Amino acid sequence: MSSNPSTSTAAPVVDVRNITRRFGDKTVLDDISFGVERGELLGLLGPSGSGKTTLIKLITGIDKADGGSVVMLGERMPKLAMLQRFGYMAQSDALYNELTAKENLTFFGSLFGLKGKQLGSRIQEAMAIVNLQDHLNKTVASYSGGMKRRLSLALALLHEPELLILDEPTVGIDPVLRQSIWHELGAMRERGTTIILTTHVMDEAEKCDRLGMIRDGKLIAIDTPAAIKEKSGTATIEEAFIVYGGGVRA
Amino acid sequence: MRIRALAIRIIRQFVRDKRTLALLFLAPLLILTLMKLVFNGNAVEPNIGVVQIPAAIVERLSSSDANVTKYDDAGAADQALKDGSLDAVLSLAGGKPDITLEGSDPSTSKMVLLLLQRTMSAEEPGVAPAVTYLHGSADMASFDYFGPVLIGFFSFFFVFMLAGVSFLRERTSGTLERLLATPIRRFEVVLGYLTGFGLFTLLQAALIAWFAIDILGLYMDGSIWLVLLMNLLLSLTALTLGTLLSSFASNEFQIIQFIPIVVVPQVFFSGLFNLDSMTPWLQGLSRIMPLYYGADAMRGIMIRGEGFSDIQLDIYVLLGFSIIFALLNVLALKKHRSI
Repeated sequence: MSSNPSTSTAAPVVDVRNITRRFGDKTVLDDISFGVERGELLGLLGPSGSGKTTLIKLITGIDKADGGSVVMLGERMPKLAMLQRFGYMAQSDALYNELTAKENLTFFGSLFGLKGKQLGSRIQEAMAIVNLQDHLNKTVASYSGGMKRRLSLALALLHEPELLILDEPTVGIDPVLRQSIWHELGAMRERGTTIILTTHVMDEAEKCDRLGMIRDGKLIAIDTPAAIKEKSGTATIEEAFIVYGGGVRA
Repeated sequence: MRIRALAIRIIRQFVRDKRTLALLFLAPLLILTLMKLVFNGNAVEPNIGVVQIPAAIVERLSSSDANVTKYDDAGAADQALKDGSLDAVLSLAGGKPDITLEGSDPSTSKMVLLLLQRTMSAEEPGVAPAVTYLHGSADMASFDYFGPVLIGFFSFFFVFMLAGVSFLRERTSGTLERLLATPIRRFEVVLGYLTGFGLFTLLQAALIAWFAIDILGLYMDGSIWLVLLMNLLLSLTALTLGTLLSSFASNEFQIIQFIPIVVVPQVFFSGLFNLDSMTPWLQGLSRIMPLYYGADAMRGIMIRGEGFSDIQLDIYVLLGFSIIFALLNVLALKKHRSI
């Protein structure tokens, strides 16, 4: 996918620099910095309330940081035009239940400027990726929880973004479906899509290229899962999290 | 383009939601019909007992919408008054007419007094005045006077509720966040909502106006197009105000809580009650209420046959309200996305 080798190797897709976010006098994110390379699958691991979702919203430009900067694909965020370049899937499914899957896809596709034949073929492709092509004309209200999650993912893929930002893509999903979503994410990464996702499931964390551990608004470690385990001298990610986090608690 | 996509989505959602459609279109018709039945009921014929009254007067009373019962002695008449079977007793005390009223219902009392006075004074030879109406006619009923205000009120009320709840749902279901994660601009969100809802409010306004005038026979002296224009402007104000206030509600119940605060006070100042009898500072309060301008124009068009030049101030004020509310909406969306 990377047609221009100089940008694909040099500039990170997302560059987060010294990000701080406060709500009132509570510091939710405290001086966080990291970069995401092209074609990489970065996982953000942390318990609920650790600040993962806030970090995601700052990267997407939906929220604004109190300090520090986010640069996405060379542009300082927040920037309206950048919303065209990435696909975002929030924690809640956020679908219009009265409408059919196709109408949901048509609506969001139009917002991304897709139309006519191109829109139609993208709808087919996105629904094929999440294996829902037979349920295109059903209303979302008749979908099961897992189907809604997959449709939600299809919406994020619709405009073929080069960067996918997924907030807890597999929360509340049964193991079989979870595996199939991870399979799809792996396939997309093969095609060159950069992916940032959050999770609080330890075994999912193992599947990421690199893993950022977040606790109480601080990035306590960021490295490959293997390196994280090695440095902390532990056998599992879960133990490593406790070792890294333990210093904070003491 | 995005505005159109948003409008189409809202229209599709609406069409799927049959019950809400029914609320928007049928509920106003039902309530208007009830209002007509209540306010246009046939005049009550008062029951009047007479004790030893000259036959000429009794006859005139009977011929003027009163049920007259003759009594020979005052005791029996008083008893009937106590039983509630009479509204008033007319007798002669020392050659002068003496009226005893039942008196529980002030409006009945007033009617009986008026009737008796008219009958008595007709005894005196006088010149009957010729009566002409500048506006309206002799058979104009209360409903004809309240009707124009009610038409405006229903457009306002139902659109306010629906817009508020729809926009709230967009927020609480998370779809607003998803919407704002696309390259749509904030003003496009507001305009998309205005367009999508605008279509339904236009249909609603036309339906209510047609029903009130053609089916219920509401007095109508002006242009139907001006009535529709005013209705549409009122709906636009309700739409922008409803979506704006929904930013300050966190669930459907809190939208309902806006009704006594935002909607009911406007009813008091809309002209259903006489504004002239209020203290001046209270009257001034009506100047900040959209419904006051809408009702004023509706009444002007329908009863006094006013044209565009007579109501243009109302039009500009309502347009102003809508634009201000819409701009505040664009600002309020900043809370959900910083750009």
